Amino acid sequence: MNTKIRWIRKNLFKGYFNTALSLSLITFFLWFFYNFFNWLVIDSVLLGDADTCRQASGACLAFIVDKTRFIFFGFYPESETWRPITAIVIFFIIVFYSRLKTRWNRRLLFNWMYCGLVIWLLMRGGYFGLVKVETNNWGGLPLTLMLATVGMIFSYPIGILLAMGRQSKLPLIKYLCIIYIEMIRGVPLISLLFMSSVMMPLFLPEGFSPDKIMRAQGAIIMFISAYMAEVVRGGLQAIPKGQYEAADAMGLTYWQKMKLIILPQALKIVIPPTVNTAIGMFKDTSLVIIIALFDLMYTTKASMQDSNWLGFSVEAYLFVALIYFIFCNLISRMGRLFEKEFGA
Amino acid sequence: MEPLIKMNQVSKYFGDFQALNKIDLDVNPKEKIVICGPSGSGKSTLIRCLNRLEEHEEGTITIDGIELTDDVKNLEKIRAEVGIVFQHFNLFPHLTILENLTLAPIWVRKTKKKDAVDLAFHYLKRVQIAEQAHKYPGQLSGGQKQRVAIARSLCMKPKILLFDEPTSALDPEMVKEVLDVMVQLANEGMTMLCVTHEMGFAKKVADRVIFMDEGKIIEENTPDEFFGNPQHQRTKLFLAQILH
Ligand SMILES: Nc1ncnc2c1ncn2[C@@H]1O[C@H](COP(=O)(O)OP(=O)(O)OP(=O)(O)O)[C@@H](O)[C@H]1O
Ligand SMILES: [Mg+2]
Repeated sequence: MNTKIRWIRKNLFKGYFNTALSLSLITFFLWFFYNFFNWLVIDSVLLGDADTCRQASGACLAFIVDKTRFIFFGFYPESETWRPITAIVIFFIIVFYSRLKTRWNRRLLFNWMYCGLVIWLLMRGGYFGLVKVETNNWGGLPLTLMLATVGMIFSYPIGILLAMGRQSKLPLIKYLCIIYIEMIRGVPLISLLFMSSVMMPLFLPEGFSPDKIMRAQGAIIMFISAYMAEVVRGGLQAIPKGQYEAADAMGLTYWQKMKLIILPQALKIVIPPTVNTAIGMFKDTSLVIIIALFDLMYTTKASMQDSNWLGFSVEAYLFVALIYFIFCNLISRMGRLFEKEFGA
Repeated sequence: MEPLIKMNQVSKYFGDFQALNKIDLDVNPKEKIVICGPSGSGKSTLIRCLNRLEEHEEGTITIDGIELTDDVKNLEKIRAEVGIVFQHFNLFPHLTILENLTLAPIWVRKTKKKDAVDLAFHYLKRVQIAEQAHKYPGQLSGGQKQRVAIARSLCMKPKILLFDEPTSALDPEMVKEVLDVMVQLANEGMTMLCVTHEMGFAKKVADRVIFMDEGKIIEENTPDEFFGNPQHQRTKLFLAQILH
């Protein structure tokens, strides 16, 4: 107890300036949280309609309650809501299962493919007596999670290959990789999304037109791969030359050297920037609004425009911010977990 | 007897700078050769050309009957036969000592894992650090690391071992433990090329001492002759400097 008081004195109330600063900050936070708490809890409306909300001075939680299903699942048929919920649960189970390094083997890879397939079948339906739901009606959280997860799963290995290609001794491969990376990094994701949705169908043979989600997914993968490539390149360059030489001197082939010696060390070093990229991508998926995909951000905005519930955008934004925060925080925790697992 | 290493008029350039100048050198099986010379004279370059960590531009290098060229298959074969021990050990920090040792036998020699482990322990015992097998390189002292590096090379059962100043990054009290291992290897008949300035070691095990300067072999002789009766002015100067 004594040490705590000493700590407070030493760190918060040392000298007039520190004391004044501490006091004003504490006052500000107390005032802020007092008001926020009043707004969110004491004065808020949990049950009721828009009119009850307008008469109260607090938050309109009734609006969130009413819209939660739509924000999370968009235009997915209401009677089928259990399907995206199950899909998300499956997703969480496989992610949670994969957290330990000791489980990273070929079987896990198959498990992921298996889960992906189950999730796809479940969402899509049309089999086993499940009503078919076109991908156009997918939306909200499952869509955001899918774009981000599939995006990361593909762009990570592609990024690694691009980074390796960029260091290749073969000029053709090297310059192709450099051109790709620099071109992609030179344009905003929005324009890639546009191109994939508007221009790609023009180039593809007639009758073969992957749906909008796939095209958006392709654009995201293309985009993030270039960034991942640069992240990985940073790691490759941090590995001392002696490691390459020792591997060469043993007679390892190029691929063995990369797989066994260089990449394990390089990828470990770049866990923090990789997590950074993953979080960035998770948030960037909200840009698919631009090609009329109904991701989490879109469903939130659409809820605000419901004529029955006009004027509660603060609640809606805070709610969606909370969801994004939870997921970004999860990614960041996962990153720290991997850092520990790999002893980085 | 057919020489194990044949270097014929080998030259190596870094840009305009000539690091090796028409080197001729034959090494017979079981021969031990010590290479010395001032800094920048091309000792490391010579050693590194022997397993193509550096590519030579002129002349030919033939190892155990196979010529070193761009041919990748030949190169892999030669690298499996030629071990190298580096000044800075170059152990793989993300692998345990045991994994460091079994990696090449498993992936290059296609040895079964169990046999590779047995082999690794055999050589770890010989360099007297079997008890460290499950530690990581970062947990060992410099001398221990270098002994692991030697054991790692031995696990490939190489026909030739190259050493590039294996003791010069070590604290003085650790030099002896590494040299002892090298002497033991020499006595067992390993073909060795060592770049080193440990003259005691040279006197004890070398069949020939080679003195290099400015990319050329200036003088080569038996250790007794080399230290007792150097022929060239530059050799004398060099010896005066390192022997005080
Ligand atoms: N990768 C390289 N690029 C350019 N020049 C190089 C390179 N490697 C070595 N050199 C040059 O070649 C010459 C010979 O180098 P080398 O490393 O073989 O010398 P050394 O005899 O081993 O010297 P030391 O005793 O300092 O290790 C030096 O002048 C060095 O500057
Ligand atoms: Mg050197």
